[in-house]
Amino acid sequence: MSHSTVPRSRAEAEQTRKTPVAPGDATGSGKRPPSGKLSLGLRFRRDRVLLLMTLPAVLLVLLFNYVPILGNVVAFQEYDPYISENGIVSILHSPWVGLENFQRILEDSAFWNAVRNTLVLFFLQLVLYFPIPILLALLINSVVRPRVRAVAQAVLYLPHFFSWVLVIAVFQQLFGGAGILSQLLRAHGYDGLDIMTDPETFKFLITAQSVWKDAGWGIIVFLAALASVSPDLYEAAAMDGAGRWRRMWHVTLPALRPVIALLLVLRVGDALTVGFEQILLQRDAVGPGAAEVLDTFVWWNGVRNQDFGYAAAAGLVKGVVSLGLVLAANKVAHLMGEQGVYKK
Amino acid sequence: MTAVTDKPTRAPGRWAAPPRPVWEERPSRAGLAGKGLVLTLACLGILFPLWIVVVTSLSSRKAIDEAGGLVIVPQDITFVAYQELLSGGQVTRAAIISVVITLVGTLFSMAVSVLCAYGLSRTGSLGHRWILMILLATMFFSAGLIPTYLLVQSLGLTDSYLALILPSAISVFNILVLRGFFMGISQELIDSARIDGAGDFRILWQIVMPLSRAVLAVITLFYAVGYWSAWFNASLYLNDQDMMPLQNVMIQLVQKQEAPVGLGQAIKTGELSGLAVQMAVMVMALLPVAVLSPFVQRHFKKGMLTGAVKG
Repeated sequence: MSHSTVPRSRAEAEQTRKTPVAPGDATGSGKRPPSGKLSLGLRFRRDRVLLLMTLPAVLLVLLFNYVPILGNVVAFQEYDPYISENGIVSILHSPWVGLENFQRILEDSAFWNAVRNTLVLFFLQLVLYFPIPILLALLINSVVRPRVRAVAQAVLYLPHFFSWVLVIAVFQQLFGGAGILSQLLRAHGYDGLDIMTDPETFKFLITAQSVWKDAGWGIIVFLAALASVSPDLYEAAAMDGAGRWRRMWHVTLPALRPVIALLLVLRVGDALTVGFEQILLQRDAVGPGAAEVLDTFVWWNGVRNQDFGYAAAAGLVKGVVSLGLVLAANKVAHLMGEQGVYKK
Repeated sequence: MTAVTDKPTRAPGRWAAPPRPVWEERPSRAGLAGKGLVLTLACLGILFPLWIVVVTSLSSRKAIDEAGGLVIVPQDITFVAYQELLSGGQVTRAAIISVVITLVGTLFSMAVSVLCAYGLSRTGSLGHRWILMILLATMFFSAGLIPTYLLVQSLGLTDSYLALILPSAISVFNILVLRGFFMGISQELIDSARIDGAGDFRILWQIVMPLSRAVLAVITLFYAVGYWSAWFNASLYLNDQDMMPLQNVMIQLVQKQEAPVGLGQAIKTGELSGLAVQMAVMVMALLPVAVLSPFVQRHFKKGMLTGAVKG
C-alpha cells in the first residue's frame, strides 16, 4: 500500500481506491480519515470494533443512570414495597395517587427544615470553603523550591483520598467528647466539650471537615491554570514596573478567572447536594434538626421509613430543581463571557 | 520550611531554589517566614491528627491509661492491637472483603472505562458523538436514590457483592480524562501499527496503553480509592453483618464505639485497650491510601489536565 493515509479496513480500502485521498488529509491527531463519503453500512463495518468497545460502558450507564429515571413514577404512587420481592412488580401494582405526595411535601415542616439546612450549608461552604484552595494554590505556586513544593502537595492532597468514615473518625478523636481537645481541657481543670454532637455548631463542623478533606486537593486545578501562564507575561509586567502584587492582580488572577468561574458554576449547579455521606454518618449523633439535608431527608423517608413514594417525590423535586440550577448557572456563565460546563 | 537563606554561591542541592529570573525582586525575610509558617501549619493540621491515631494504635493499655486517652508522645510501643485484629475474626474478614472488592472492582472499572475511552477517542467514527452525549448527559442529572435502590433490588443484587461494584462501576469523568489522553496519541503511530496488521484491541493493548501509563495510574488510583472508601451501598444493599467491608465495620467500632466481635472480653480484662483497637482499625483503613497516593502524585496534574482541556 503506497497511500500515505492508511485505510482502516477492507471496506474503506475499496472506497479509497475509487476516491484517492490527498496526502496529509487525515493526519490530525485522533482524526479518522474523512468519512463523509462513506455509506452508513461501510462506516459500521469500519467502526464496529470501536462500537463494541464502548458497549459495556454504555450498557452500564443505560441500566444504572437512565433506567432508574423511569422509577421516579413511584413519586406519583402510594408505593407498597410488600406487594412483591421485585420492585418492578410492586410499581405495576401500586395505586396511583397523582400529586398527593407532592402536596404532603409542601406541608411537611421537616422538608422545609431540610431545605433550609441545605441552603445554609451551601452558602457557608461557598463563603468559607471556596476561597481556600485558590489562596493555597497561590501560596504553593510562589514556592520555588521543587522539593518543598512536592512534599507540601503530597501532604495537602492526602486527606482527599480518605473515606468520609475515616475523616469523621479522625475529627471525633480531635473534637469528640473523648477527643484530644476535651482531654486537654479536662487536664487543665475545664469541662470537656463535645463539638461532634452539638447542633449549634454542626454547620461549621461540616465545613471544617470539608476543608480538611478536600481544600488541599482543590488546588490542583488552580495550579494547572497557574502553570500555563507564560513567564513572558510576568517579565513584561516587571519591565513595565509592576511589583509583586500588581503582577498578581494583573497577570495571575486574570489567568485564574475562567477556572474560578467554571468551578463556581459547577458548585452552584450542585447547590442542593451538600455532602450526603458526610452528613448521613453524623445525622444520628447531631439529630435531624440541624443535620437533615435534602438527600438525607430522602434517605430517611425512603430507606428507613419505607415511605418510597413520598421519598421519591422529594428526590424528584430536588432533581428537577438541581437540573434547572445547572442550566441556569451555565447560562449566567455564558452571559458573563465565560465557558461554563458545556459550550454555547 | 523556606527559612534557609539563599546564597548564590551555595552548591545547588535537591532542596535548593532554582535560579531566579533577573527581573524578579528578592523575597523579603518576613514574606518567606510568613509563607513557611502558613504552609507548615497547613501540613501540621493534616498530619497531627493522623499522628495521634497512629501513635495511640501502637500504645499499650498502660500508656493509654496514663495519657488519659489519646497518646501524643509515643512510649511503650506494642503491636498487640494489630495482632488481635488480624488474627482472624470480624476485622480480618472485613479487611479481606474490602481488599478483594477493591481489586476486582478496580479491574472491572478500568477494563470497561479504557475500552470505552478508546472506542470514543477516534473522532469521526460512527456514532461516537451520540455515545458521548449519552455519557455526558449523566453529569447533569441523577435519577435519584429511591429509584436506583428499587432497581438494584429488582435486579436481585441485594445481599450480593455485585451491588457494591456494578451501580458505581464507571465514572463518566474518568472516561473523559482517559479519552482526552488517548486522543493525544498520534494517528501516524496507530496507522503504522494497522499497516503491520494490528486490530483495534491489539493497538489499544500494545500501543495506546503503554503510552498512557501516567493517566492509567491516576485513574486506577481514583477507582481503587472509590471502592476502598465506599460504605453507603453496602449499608443499603447488604443485610448480612458478616458480609460488611472494612469501612462499615469501622462505623460500628469507631463511631458507635462497639467492641469487635470476640474481642470484648480481652478489652474488658486484658492487656488490650479498646481505644488502641479503634485506632488500629482506622490505620488499616488509611494505610493503603496513604502509601499509594504519593507514588501517583506526580502524574495527577498531567492526567487531570489532558482530560480537562480536551474533554
